[in-house]
Amino acid sequence: MDRLWWIVLGCGAATFLWRGLGVVVVRRIDPQGAVFRWITCVSYAMVAGLIFRMIVLPESDLASVPLAQRIAAVALAFAAYFLLGRRLVAGVLAGSLTLSALAYWFT
Amino acid sequence: MSLIGGSSQVVRKAVVDALSLPAFILFFTMMGFGSLMQQAGFDALMAAVATLTIWGLPGQLAMVELTVTGQGLIAIVVACSLANARFMPMVVSFVPAMARGGASVWRQLLDAQMLSINSWAVCMREFPRVEAQWRPLYYRTFAGFILGAAVLGTLLGYYGAVILPAVIVLGLIFTSPLFFALVLATTPGRAERLSMLAGCAIVPVAGHFYPSIDLLITGVVGGTVGFVGARFWQTDG
Repeated sequence: MDRLWWIVLGCGAATFLWRGLGVVVVRRIDPQGAVFRWITCVSYAMVAGLIFRMIVLPESDLASVPLAQRIAAVALAFAAYFLLGRRLVAGVLAGSLTLSALAYWFT
Repeated sequence: MSLIGGSSQVVRKAVVDALSLPAFILFFTMMGFGSLMQQAGFDALMAAVATLTIWGLPGQLAMVELTVTGQGLIAIVVACSLANARFMPMVVSFVPAMARGGASVWRQLLDAQMLSINSWAVCMREFPRVEAQWRPLYYRTFAGFILGAAVLGTLLGYYGAVILPAVIVLGLIFTSPLFFALVLATTPGRAERLSMLAGCAIVPVAGHFYPSIDLLITGVVGGTVGFVGARFWQTDG
């Protein structure tokens, strides 16, 4: 089999290990207990860290946009979200368009 | 607030929630991944299968980047796996939120395979608005829908079907962190909020010293800070 197929399927299997481990653990712990609440906290910390990294320390093309512009776009997204009746679409559109506009003007 | 129940209402809510951003965000994000896969020499079927089986962008990006730089198979698989290690705690926190026991292990494994950061964040937010017995249907409809959008995006990106100006692409890439930040901004619970704040504070430090396992460290340290901190808060107050 092609080496690239081994890479793709190996990565799929290796990611599934974590999911499967999650199922094994969840069948053994009390969903009202302290261990469960701690693991929930771990998930929230990980997901928040990932999002923070995507915005503040991006590895994608976003790195070409200065940090101040990324933060301005996030601030506008939050402002639009809370001012326009907590609509996710309004917040995301405002932030995304702000970032595109800033990138357009400053390059 | 009345809860949503009944199959047609729940399916409709899941489809509307998926279409009001997550499906589009994943479609465009995975177009970027498809394009990278094409440049790295994978074929289109491999790109689609990668999205379907790995189903976690940080791991997918680690895979394609390390393949391009000529790393060995084991190194690539280990890096991809570590980049997606968050699925373990995500599955543990998600399964009881969706259904209190009852499901077979195979059903739970399939649910775990379909879980992504999108469905995790949206369902943790929307589950309280859905009657308990309808939550699995809500999740499976939502997750299936966005997975379909992601695979479609991967293939269109692979074939370079949609060419957009660079500044628009930047805005589209940014929709993903913006969406998650807004979804999680209103998360209830002191322990959860404290964990998220701690996670944001820790991730730059962890990334500096241990870039390949930064999220694992962030999760364990940040989650412990949030968990312990909220307990102290309770006893003080």
